[in-house]
Amino acid sequence: MESHQDDTGSKIGMWLFLLSEILLFGGLFILYSSYRYKNPADFHLAAWELNRALGTLNTLILITSSLFMALSIYFLRKGGRNLSMLFLCATIFLGLLFLGVKYVEWTAKIGHGLYPNSLRLLGRSKGEILFYGLYYSTTGLHGLHVLVGLLILSVMLVLMMKGKVNENRFIPLENTGLYWHLVDIIWIFLFPLFYLIP
Amino acid sequence: MESGLKGWSMKNNKFQTYLLVWLGLVILTAITVSMAGMNLGPMSIGIVLAVAAIKSGLVLGYFMHLKYETGLLFKLMIPIVLAVLTVFIGLTFTDIAFR
Amino acid sequence: MAKNGVLEPAHSITSFYKYQGKYHGTFAWILSTDHKRIGLLYLFSILLFFSVAVFFGFLMRLKLIAPGFALMKPQMYNAIFTLHGIIQIFLVVIPAIPAIFGNFFLPIQIGARDMAFPRVNLLSWWLYASGAIIVFLSLFTGGGPVDTGWTFYAPYSLRTTVNVPLAVFGVFVLGMSSILTGVNLVTTTHWLRAPGMSWFRLPLFVWGIYATAWVQILATPVIAITLVLIMIERYFGVGVFDPAKGGDPILYQHLFWIYSHPAVYIIILPAMGVISEVIPVFARKNIYGYKAIAFSSIAIASVGSLVWGHHMFVSGQSDLASVIFSLLTFLVAVPSAIKVFNWVATLYKGSIELKPPMLFALTFIFLFSIGGLTGLIQGALAVNMHLHDTYWVVGHFHYIIFGGMGFGFLAAIHYWFPKMFGKMYNWKRAAWGWLILFIGFNVLYFPMLILGWEGMPRRYYDYPPQFHTLHLISTIGSWILIAGLIWIFFNLFQALRKGERAGDNPWGGATLEWQIPSPPPMENFEKIPTVEKGPYEFGSLRIEKL
Repeated sequence: MESHQDDTGSKIGMWLFLLSEILLFGGLFILYSSYRYKNPADFHLAAWELNRALGTLNTLILITSSLFMALSIYFLRKGGRNLSMLFLCATIFLGLLFLGVKYVEWTAKIGHGLYPNSLRLLGRSKGEILFYGLYYSTTGLHGLHVLVGLLILSVMLVLMMKGKVNENRFIPLENTGLYWHLVDIIWIFLFPLFYLIP
Repeated sequence: MESGLKGWSMKNNKFQTYLLVWLGLVILTAITVSMAGMNLGPMSIGIVLAVAAIKSGLVLGYFMHLKYETGLLFKLMIPIVLAVLTVFIGLTFTDIAFR
Repeated sequence: MAKNGVLEPAHSITSFYKYQGKYHGTFAWILSTDHKRIGLLYLFSILLFFSVAVFFGFLMRLKLIAPGFALMKPQMYNAIFTLHGIIQIFLVVIPAIPAIFGNFFLPIQIGARDMAFPRVNLLSWWLYASGAIIVFLSLFTGGGPVDTGWTFYAPYSLRTTVNVPLAVFGVFVLGMSSILTGVNLVTTTHWLRAPGMSWFRLPLFVWGIYATAWVQILATPVIAITLVLIMIERYFGVGVFDPAKGGDPILYQHLFWIYSHPAVYIIILPAMGVISEVIPVFARKNIYGYKAIAFSSIAIASVGSLVWGHHMFVSGQSDLASVIFSLLTFLVAVPSAIKVFNWVATLYKGSIELKPPMLFALTFIFLFSIGGLTGLIQGALAVNMHLHDTYWVVGHFHYIIFGGMGFGFLAAIHYWFPKMFGKMYNWKRAAWGWLILFIGFNVLYFPMLILGWEGMPRRYYDYPPQFHTLHLISTIGSWILIAGLIWIFFNLFQALRKGERAGDNPWGGATLEWQIPSPPPMENFEKIPTVEKGPYEFGSLRIEKL
């Protein structure tokens, strides 16, 4: 009974922390919406240069990783420890894949001379400079959150192997899941805002 | 007063629900991507955000189990944060859009 | 066993000071997860930084004692007013009441043994200490101390060669501490209330802290990202605030004030909560309008998050935005006024005891009213054109922050001192300290309102001769104020060393902290109480004689 009560308290705390994360990206969305409003054509031009296929791939990767995360928790609570750990590994794998794709995208752009303060970028219109500035800042911050998430997921994996996170003590995995799903949700908004400007 | 916050139980939790939600997310992604090619004018940002909101709603509700949580606090969290963001962006726009 | 509604104090239980846990000596404090020890860690670190910032204030006032007085170079003056602001705002007035008294007393007042997340609580303090150290390091590294003002406005903050990145990173870390404290306080209030402790039986201090904690969670991240963007901008030149790249410096101001205005409600709401505690006890009367005060805390937190543009009336933002923000600013005065009316109504026909906590609480009402009213005046658009960036604003915010939160803090420390330390201080000396401080405060800050009205700009290190008299008076006021502060804290320090032993309930309070020993034992309650009445129902409560 006690631990059940603690569980919910722990979950409330995690949700409140997630609210603060939403507001963190919210600041960037304030900037994005302002600058897009003022430079609609330039934003469209710059967005069209991004690799839509890779962006879509990354979206599907994260969505699937969210599925695997949810399944990992599902199986842990049902007593299927091995399946749970398998799905947890799959989540981590997809997260690494996401970062890999991001790396490919960034290096491609940087290779083309399109990065903050580059001569080539500075020669473009102001709206395009701002688009790339926001693109790198926002996907960079998001990528950092993915990285931190992967570290926490790995810690969870280790704890599960040691039996410290188990069928009766699952709240750390659930809270980790909440964090991971939020990272997915942020990308769900990021993707159309940066890749799909019509 | 804590009675409302007992959390979601495994009783109604079905494996298939997760798969269906995933499928929904994939389909909605396909819709968003295909819409990018069309010219929907000023409505486009609204539609794009709406689809993203639906996808987020699915993740929040089913993957994050918000749909199964009881208690006023859980029900209010997302509306509160949306209201705050709307107000921040909205009031900023009274400046940006009217200079 | 309960007699007359008071629990028998369990003297056989060791106080939280004497508790022997896993660690010894200093580690028993800096690695403790007990909310009371953490509250005291914050108390001593915050008072330390407050002293440093007061010293910087002293230096500033000394420089301004006469026109042309060459006490320090202009660059040094810029650094000193910047640091005075950074330390006071981020290291002192934002954390003080929530982290010290919120940590120490919120769990006890709701009938809990500790906060919801004791280890996160300790982490919050370590983040606080780290942030302070990082800010301190920025003084001696990478170009030296910041000179941008605590507001770090772009584009200057992007171009000045002083150590902006490290200073803003320090503030970023302090923000993380604040967010985690907020999460802890909200969760604790929702989740750990004792049986019978319904929302409307909560002490109003808890309501104040609760409303504050929501603002900490929702507003702080915005300044976090803003400061990160300053660092990114300086190192990578992304362009978001740089007009040469299409960026808009006014957007920096929007992002900055979207946090920093709600921050002043983080500052004042807990202090208002303290006043709501002190006045009923020292008027021996139930608070007038409990629900009005409780809901006004929520209203202030909400509406207060909509007014940030009133810092930007002359920035170049649109007229429409200015009009809307001005209107909203007038609106937010309403819930604050409601509190003042309810406090005064509580005093009416009360049995008033002018003990030290009450002295500070009553002067809070007076000074906060001046601060609030001057705020309304500068909230009017046309008037603001004249008053923006003058000493009027400096006077206004010192009345409201120092006169408000500062006196609220002093009310809190004088109210809860016997509970926290088990000793009582000398009342007469406390009253003298209060008087000296009150006089010094007004001699220091009232002239600023006049100076500003007459056109004296703020953040200037020198001025033309016509402003000399008022500046001189103000500087003398700073000496009287500092004397008052020293008097007050010396009195408290003496009490720590050799004060009389205090009883469990020297003031006759009805909230839960007064039903347990002074100082409290390690887990607060021998048995979690069942609450059956409101926080200010004094009834047949026995009052101890000291």
